[in-house]
Amino acid sequence: MILPALAALMGLAGPARGSDQPDPVAEAKAFRSYFTGKFPKVKLEDFVNGPYSLDEDMRRQWREIEQFPPYEFSLEKGKELFARRFANGKNYADCFPNQGIGIRQNYPYFDQKAGEVVTLELALNNCREANGEPPVSYLGEEMAALTAYMAFTSRGKPFDIKIPDDPRALEAYQNGKRYFYSRRGQLNFSCATCHVQNPGERLRAEVLAPALGILNAMPIYRSEWGGMGTISRRLATCNSQVRSVPLEAQSQEYRDLEYYLSYLSNGLPISGPGARP
Amino acid sequence: MKATASTTQFRIFVLPPLALLFALALAAGTGAARAQSPQDAFKAVYAAAETAEQQAARLRNRWTVTETALAEARAAAGRGDFDGATQAAKRAEALAKASIFQAEHEKQAWKNLEIR
Repeated sequence: MILPALAALMGLAGPARGSDQPDPVAEAKAFRSYFTGKFPKVKLEDFVNGPYSLDEDMRRQWREIEQFPPYEFSLEKGKELFARRFANGKNYADCFPNQGIGIRQNYPYFDQKAGEVVTLELALNNCREANGEPPVSYLGEEMAALTAYMAFTSRGKPFDIKIPDDPRALEAYQNGKRYFYSRRGQLNFSCATCHVQNPGERLRAEVLAPALGILNAMPIYRSEWGGMGTISRRLATCNSQVRSVPLEAQSQEYRDLEYYLSYLSNGLPISGPGARP
Repeated sequence: MKATASTTQFRIFVLPPLALLFALALAAGTGAARAQSPQDAFKAVYAAAETAEQQAARLRNRWTVTETALAEARAAAGRGDFDGATQAAKRAEALAKASIFQAEHEKQAWKNLEIR
């Protein structure tokens, strides 16, 4: 009787937090409740606007910025690149359902044949390689432009990420969750440190965005970068900022993280491309 | 010259210990010279730092500051500043070991942050 009580006091007994058996539906519900409880005045669909949903001054500035959005040039370039023919006469539209229009909300998906998560960025480069074209950099402007155009054609459509009845898909979801909550870098930060524990707070001049809906606005034009950035670029930058060496772009960890975060934002509208300070 | 009792005693009781001391001093001196060679010291410390960083890489948890310290160590060694290089390599090893500890610790600790 004493031992179990002692063990409980020491945190050695009872169900461990963060079960090894994920329950995506319940977890997504809890995730959403956390943010709506933390920010009761913010409408659910408004979380996709990141810091602008939490800071009224920034929101006013953003409305002004959106009159002449800084991502507009990239959007035009993306449209042109998307339609451009490859050397074999095909183009990106030939690789995607519905010719690639209005499908952003379905990415990433779990490819049961390949047994891995496929992000939109990966699918674009897979398309290039299948048509004999060299891949483009996941961190560069061209990939940002392409994904900006594809996101734009999906604006307003709710994220619809599916976890098929496949243990590998559930494992990918769990891997993404593990990455999201694991501390890394000399600063000992996890993704959650900023985007779950401290959204709305300032980190120097930045207002931290909530994790809920954080990928809906991607890709983004960042004033800090002076240009457009892909999800790959954003993740690498986050890692560097906590003094962790970024993993390879589109590594399994990053793709699983994107899968996890996108799933949690199911039902929230695509708002990309976005603009951030 | 014919050996007297005192010279014999000198040979028996004083010379061997002296020779031994000399030999020990020589050996110690050589060893010290080897251990104190800044270049050798750097090589050993750098190899240890690199091994630790490789382990951090296997755990997918390298730190930028470790890479910077390793680069500083290489740069200092390139300039012939082996004391500075050794200091930087020691710093790199300490950082790499901290990143390994972090990765091992987080294998379970991440669950404490999860929203449920």
